[in-house]
Amino acid sequence: MRVLTRVTAWTAASAGLLAVVALASATIGPVSISLPNVALAALDALAVPVSASVSLRDAALPALGGLPWVAVDLGYVSPLDFDVPGTQQYIVGELRLPRIVMGATVGASLAISGAVMQGFFRNPMADPSIVGVSSGAAVGAVAAITAPTVVVVGVQPAAFLGALVAAFTVYLVATENGRTPVATLLLAGVAIQTLLGAFTSFLIVHSGRSIREAMYWLMGSLHGSRWHEAEVALPVVVLGSVVLLAYARDMNVLLAGEEDAHALGVEVERTKRLLLAVASVVTAAAVSFAGAIGFVGLIVPHAVRLVVGPDHRVLLPVSAFAGGAFLVTADTLARSTASELPVGIVTAFVGAPFFLYLLRDREVHAL
Amino acid sequence: MTLDVSGVDVELAGTQILSDVSATVSDGRLVGVVGPNGAGKSTLLRAMNGVVEPCAGTVLVDGDDVHELPSKAASRRIATVPQDTHVSFEFTVRQTVEMGRHPHQPRFGRDDDPEAVDRAMERAEVSQFADREVTSLSGGETQRVLLARALAQDTPVLLLDEPTASLDVNHQIRTLELVRGLADSDDRAVVAAIHDLDLAARYCDELVLVADGEVVDAGSPRSVLTPEAVRNAFDARVAVGTDPATGAPTVTPLPDCEGRDDDDDDLDARVHVLGGGDSAAPVVRDLVDAGAEVTVGPVVDGDTDHETARRFGVDCVTVQPFESPRGAAEATARDFVDASDAVVAPAEAADWGVNDDLRARADQCVVVGEGAGGPRVAAGDVASAVAAVSEPGERLAVADGGGGTGRDDDSDDGESGADGSGAGDAD
Repeated sequence: MRVLTRVTAWTAASAGLLAVVALASATIGPVSISLPNVALAALDALAVPVSASVSLRDAALPALGGLPWVAVDLGYVSPLDFDVPGTQQYIVGELRLPRIVMGATVGASLAISGAVMQGFFRNPMADPSIVGVSSGAAVGAVAAITAPTVVVVGVQPAAFLGALVAAFTVYLVATENGRTPVATLLLAGVAIQTLLGAFTSFLIVHSGRSIREAMYWLMGSLHGSRWHEAEVALPVVVLGSVVLLAYARDMNVLLAGEEDAHALGVEVERTKRLLLAVASVVTAAAVSFAGAIGFVGLIVPHAVRLVVGPDHRVLLPVSAFAGGAFLVTADTLARSTASELPVGIVTAFVGAPFFLYLLRDREVHAL
Repeated sequence: MTLDVSGVDVELAGTQILSDVSATVSDGRLVGVVGPNGAGKSTLLRAMNGVVEPCAGTVLVDGDDVHELPSKAASRRIATVPQDTHVSFEFTVRQTVEMGRHPHQPRFGRDDDPEAVDRAMERAEVSQFADREVTSLSGGETQRVLLARALAQDTPVLLLDEPTASLDVNHQIRTLELVRGLADSDDRAVVAAIHDLDLAARYCDELVLVADGEVVDAGSPRSVLTPEAVRNAFDARVAVGTDPATGAPTVTPLPDCEGRDDDDDDLDARVHVLGGGDSAAPVVRDLVDAGAEVTVGPVVDGDTDHETARRFGVDCVTVQPFESPRGAAEATARDFVDASDAVVAPAEAADWGVNDDLRARADQCVVVGEGAGGPRVAAGDVASAVAAVSEPGERLAVADGGGGTGRDDDSDDGESGADGSGAGDAD
């Protein structure tokens, strides 16, 4: 089967690229570690969940009087144990790898949802935050940072909630009689983003001494990523991506226009709702941990589309891996600078000129 | 499988687009939907394929309401070739045609008929650009790709919205022959919205004439395409004739009567036009245009006069080339002349003795065009001249003033003009 061959080949190639970039990135840092040692340390750090226990806990929401929720605790076992110096093992396994895995996860989620949104909106300027996810997350995060007494949850849950509330609001505003016209959705997204942007600015103006932390979040950073963050983000992104991949062919048909898609057997409104919801959750999971990292979701799908064509069956998986590789590379640059830069600055520095190049040279505007 | 539309009302954005539309399309039938722009043809097709939900009425396909069926099930029964051929994103032709297989493919699994795409591409004659990007094709080629996509859907019912709109004349015919074949040999039920009334009449078993969101008439092309019905629906004046090559009705638009004399379009007279020498054609057109009931003849079979008469659906006496017009043709022509209010003799009409005799029989005769005898009625004024003379009791004013009498002026009124080919007298 031609399609299956193409999908497999491209996916394997892009996954390989991500693996190479990840390993190379792990060698770079204040302490240089040789590639073989990195590889061995990475294998050492490999842990497989072998046990799971479910427990009922109270959420840390004193204002609500403690909501009970179900927590799943996984027990991990590391099956491999190579002879790597302890410091190097620690640096790779506990400092660099979590950050690289987080970078790959965030990059993949932004790129795959960017590809979905561009196809969904049939608009080359669409990116994952088009329906207000990023600005919603920003309001949540900045509110949690600047007003911790009012917003009692942590920065990440606040950002995640803010993202979903914003996306849901945009969807509700744009929906009438069970139909959500794409153009209305786009405009509602722009309007809500502007409103939320104003709200974020307001919070920052009144933030006092926490302004630096808020700005840092807004610029997007993977600094200080830990395994427990990846443990939450990675499953969400992987599950969401699997759902999106299952709808790759429907997305192809949707590109022909909604009426044609309906005539070709796609449940248009249901599919749109699902794509929008899953892409929003996947994006929200990424931005709530890493902040609003721009340009990854815009540029990576474009670049990938130029290479592999518009077929979502190839485009989506390749975009995910390429997005991961791109963000890991950008983050490696960010942390290699003298005073560590937020990675959002690096992606914008690299991404904006690249996008302009695409625009002038490759007729992306005719997408 | 039958497509059955009954009592469908459609409202879009608060505007009633279709009201109480009913139509039935059965296997092996090609039904054309015709009507002016904005009549609701496309909306009717969109209601048929389930894209637009009617606010009243039902669309049944094989007994099931198309709006109740899941989208996938509905699109295994009905395929649509859209009018808008704009395709964004650079899919190849093959990838585009493969989308037609979507309703047959489970989400995780394989197509049960992997050959369908190749067959559809071959049938729509797009195989040669299977690996080209759709965006690089011309509008006509894209339209055939979309037809191939609909064929790949392999449905018993096929809807086409203006399938020939952006095709050249060759591909118009080839596409409609293909569509005809889909009804005839594949036994599919086919509905096509077609702009071109001639093509619609030629290829469809049945026409549905839609105007202002209502079905004005439905039935055989001949019965639907009457000048009155077309005039009411399109607000355009037409003549309906017969295509000599195919025998199908042809519809020829006439110039709008506005700006012309008011009485032009209600010339309530029966006029016989003498022919031969390709002279009658413009006169016939003007008189039909003016609303007269026209007969023509004798004319030579197959010449321009004859073609024109046929195109305008005008009764016509013909003779074979090089055959004498005397005999049966003359007798019929004589009957036509006797039944007419006036006879029009183009100055360049054939130099036949029969024409002279016929003119002699006429109560009123108008000579058109410049002959040796000097100017008579100018070609553009024939209708008003006929109007003048066909009034009861009125004399032939025009010929009086202009033409004088011809060499062979033997009409009983003594007032008809000369035929031009003769040696007219000097005035």
